[in-house]
Amino acid sequence: MRDVAVIAAASRQEAALLDTEVEFMIPLIAEARDAAGLTQEQVDFTCSGSSDFLAGQAFSFVMTLDAVGAVPPIAESHVEMDGAFALHEAWVKIQTGAADTALVYSYGKTSPGTLRDVLSTQLDPYYVTPLWPDSWALAALQARRVLDEVSVAELAAVAVRSGRVSSVEEYLEQPFAADPLRAADIAAEHDGGVAMILAAGDKARELCDTPAWIRGIDHRMDAHTLGVRDLTRAPSAALAAAGAGVGDAAVDVAELHASFTTQEIILRKELGLGAGTSISPSGGALAADTMMASGLLRIAEASRAIWRGDAGRAVAHATAGPLMQQNLVCVLEGDR
Amino acid sequence: MGAAGELAAVVGVGMTKFSSTRGDVSMPGLLREAAMRALADAELEWDDIDAVVMGKAPDFFEGVMMPELFLSEALGCVGKPMLRVHTAGSVGGSTALVAASLVQSGLYKRVLTVAWEKQSESNAMWALSLKTPFQVSINAGAGGYFAPIIRQYMVESGAPELIGCMVAFKDRRHALKNPYAHLQQPELTFEQVVESPMLWEPVRYSETCPSSDGACAMVIADADGAAASPNPAWIHAGAMRSEANNFPGRDEVSPAASRECAADLWRQAGITDPRREIDVIEMYVPFSWYEPMWLENLGFAERGEGWRLVESGETQHDGGSLPVNCSGGVLSSNPIGASGMIRFAEAALQVRGLAGEHQVDGARKALGHAYGGGAQYFAMWVLGSDRPS
Repeated sequence: MRDVAVIAAASRQEAALLDTEVEFMIPLIAEARDAAGLTQEQVDFTCSGSSDFLAGQAFSFVMTLDAVGAVPPIAESHVEMDGAFALHEAWVKIQTGAADTALVYSYGKTSPGTLRDVLSTQLDPYYVTPLWPDSWALAALQARRVLDEVSVAELAAVAVRSGRVSSVEEYLEQPFAADPLRAADIAAEHDGGVAMILAAGDKARELCDTPAWIRGIDHRMDAHTLGVRDLTRAPSAALAAAGAGVGDAAVDVAELHASFTTQEIILRKELGLGAGTSISPSGGALAADTMMASGLLRIAEASRAIWRGDAGRAVAHATAGPLMQQNLVCVLEGDR
Repeated sequence: MGAAGELAAVVGVGMTKFSSTRGDVSMPGLLREAAMRALADAELEWDDIDAVVMGKAPDFFEGVMMPELFLSEALGCVGKPMLRVHTAGSVGGSTALVAASLVQSGLYKRVLTVAWEKQSESNAMWALSLKTPFQVSINAGAGGYFAPIIRQYMVESGAPELIGCMVAFKDRRHALKNPYAHLQQPELTFEQVVESPMLWEPVRYSETCPSSDGACAMVIADADGAAASPNPAWIHAGAMRSEANNFPGRDEVSPAASRECAADLWRQAGITDPRREIDVIEMYVPFSWYEPMWLENLGFAERGEGWRLVESGETQHDGGSLPVNCSGGVLSSNPIGASGMIRFAEAALQVRGLAGEHQVDGARKALGHAYGGGAQYFAMWVLGSDRPS
């Protein structure tokens, strides 16, 4: 396996951005390339992740190509997935030897609509979507099962640590948004995006003083049908963690893509994270959740923890689908 | 030389019957029809598959957001990695190339790749006409977008007016030899093609692709898997390129991204004279005139001369020296998200000798080609009967 590192990242998240996706991605992509010291012509492969359903337009990613500047032509691909999966495609491309450097970006702008309703269209279109269960309602079903095993105080602790409320008392005073979930249990939706640069081996060392090396990356899928799943578990997260080698050594920092406090509790268990691991010091997806980008943002934040020297070994997690159906885990290490 | 990374080959191909409405199957049923045929062809079981790569065009075509999620069980993805590719009309080709790269990276041994569209679930014209703020819509559909580019080609090349009709008639005749093809028009005459209504001048109704339901699947295996197969289609080269939709000086008739993609492809495959070295072509021709246009762009003819290959019958299955779209092509079957993969898969069938009635005798090297967007996304591969040297 070739050594590949994250060497630059640029991101922006705001509750509601007035700019279009192209407008807010132009400076982010430029910033990431500048930080790596690369022009687009020096980038071997470009891969992005986004969703037409959020943009409200078919082929929406074609417009965003203007933020990259595909003149002259570029080797490029796009996944209708969180950007973390675009990063996996780019990492695979580098593994084949066809590329030494890659630009990866993703973005989402959900403020013009109601994301929780839009996500109902992600369910089985024949049997479930016609009932229009929204994403909060499904998460509440899951939370009810999780609360059979953990206390409300544990959810409150996650909400406080993520900055959703300032104290347990404030948490408990909140009314239910979707019983048993309070507003503080639910991620704060943000518009935004992230752009990152990957580089292999010596190229990474040449362009970056502190490369965040990808030591393992894996992703897995679970069943979709809620009725066949144990909602207190995310088996695909555990499989991906094993595939990425999370348990091979101590983890200093874990950036988790949990859009509900209950899901962080599930993930800590599935990834085997103990008390020695700092969970989502950036605030995680709970503090600022950007559909289609939150997973790639976790990899950016884990990389930043390594660049700052806050972590020698960090784990980033991304998820997709109802109640964390699909999970990706990436292990990053510094040179020390 | 050679495609990057480890050797990889197509060892299984499966397609559905294409038609305007596959009302007999659900979306999962449609995909399983193609996937199970590919597995049977490869003599493999679901458990043998290490990862799944799915592709399709816009989710609005079925009205399901990221449908790969609800298709997880139907495609045996539980516990496995799955990727969902979307690169406009080229997506079927790009999806195959992403699946190939999983094997070429040495990380996975056998990858199932599936591309599909079930246009009857929704309404493509609605899906393509959604209004977004601050953007001008030309409200012309794909045909209206490409018609002026085709007219530009006709003016530049001086091609006779009826070249497009010849391509359309040829591909509809080819479709009669492919039981999976959507349009089956044994009674169709050349005169009927010429007299069909003008939709987007100079593009006639009969020079346009249909709207289809359908899926296409392939199993791509590593060198060991290919060695165990009686008839692998070895991947000799694969390339993708994209360019912006609009910029000063853009050559819309012969896009630079496509020329560069083809140059990379021929370099990887060690091909110096594609006209002589490629035995059969499956290329993405949704509007008839794109056959001569791509033949020139890809290096099979000099610029402005591609139409002569059409006129002289060289691109016909019967007796042509450079048969193009023997399956009937996009002009005969167009489940949009799958259309690119069908080209890639037909190339595999040809070099495996499994194309049935539309087989080109002795085909050993084939080109699969797809494009999308405003002719700005490109995906191509070269397959061979022989293991790359």
